[in-house]
Amino acid sequence: MPFILGFALLILFQFLGEVVVILLELPVSGPVVGLVLLLLTLIVRGRVGQPLQQVSSTLLGHLSLLFVPAGVGLMLHYELLVKEWFAISLALIIGTVIMLVCTALCMSLTNKLFTKGD
Amino acid sequence: MTLDEKISAIWQLAQSSSIPWLMLTLFAYALAMKLYKSSNFNPIVNPVIISIIIIISTLLVLGVNYEQYFNGGQFIHYLLGPATVALAIPLYTQLHRIKKMLLPITITLFSSVVIGAFSAIYIADLLGASASTLLSIAPKSVTTPVAMGISENIGGIVSLTAGLAVTTGIIGAILGTKIFSLMKVEDDAIKGVAMGLTSHGIGTARAFQVSNEMGAFSGLAMALTAFTTAFLLPYLLQFIGMI
Repeated sequence: MPFILGFALLILFQFLGEVVVILLELPVSGPVVGLVLLLLTLIVRGRVGQPLQQVSSTLLGHLSLLFVPAGVGLMLHYELLVKEWFAISLALIIGTVIMLVCTALCMSLTNKLFTKGD
Repeated sequence: MTLDEKISAIWQLAQSSSIPWLMLTLFAYALAMKLYKSSNFNPIVNPVIISIIIIISTLLVLGVNYEQYFNGGQFIHYLLGPATVALAIPLYTQLHRIKKMLLPITITLFSSVVIGAFSAIYIADLLGASASTLLSIAPKSVTTPVAMGISENIGGIVSLTAGLAVTTGIIGAILGTKIFSLMKVEDDAIKGVAMGLTSHGIGTARAFQVSNEMGAFSGLAMALTAFTTAFLLPYLLQFIGMI
């Protein structure tokens, strides 16, 4: 039962997120706004509770599965990928390495500069 | 009904119904997870890429197109929404650490959105990618459902963006931990932020395997990147005259 209630709550916040997106004409998707709304709710409420705890660990435990159907969509672009595979794969690989290195460096440096003690 | 008719009825059912493709997705993922476990969680044996390869090969062999496949795949795809909302929970649990690191995270976030979009666009442009590919590649580090929305806004190819975002996630998940240990970055919070900024949900899934803390920070970074890129990217592209 807690799982069902938790899942219902997630869907509720996703829906609230979609509503806010329409109301404020935001360029972000409903779930991301729903995440923020749920976070604010948890901060006000002061605790997570079993239903949300249970559903979030189940869903997030299989997060990578949820990206599979979108990834299969690459088959739609077979011709383009054959033509531009070199540019695309290098852009993705080098771009990702650059980002991993830059963000890790930037975090380490700014964290040393601005975070006092722990 | 003769046996032939029965067989052709079953084949028609298999093609028009969503169940075989839902089943294929789940079995492919279960198999990929088994391989991943038996490789002792070697990041190269990434379960997303293995599942995608198994599924695309099967569809090609059976002559099934993506639209038919997505009839079944959509049930899993639409769970990305509630899963994104669910990231609020680990975020909330790590809130005390996140508050302490708010300024470093903000500075890194803005630099990463700019660096991320431009590095990929310039490399792809240099190697002769077409204009629509460049637009489709720009939101690559954003979590798939949001990346698709951004791509639509700026005039990219939506389903291509989805595939490239998933690929970027996989590359980050494979290379991330290796690169961090080469750089001697040990703090799980820092590693998590870098992972989430670069490779969104798939990186976050990988980060949760390292520790809950790395996962929470990665989830936070993923949400922040989604927001910031959605707001900023159209202006950045206008600024360099791409749209």
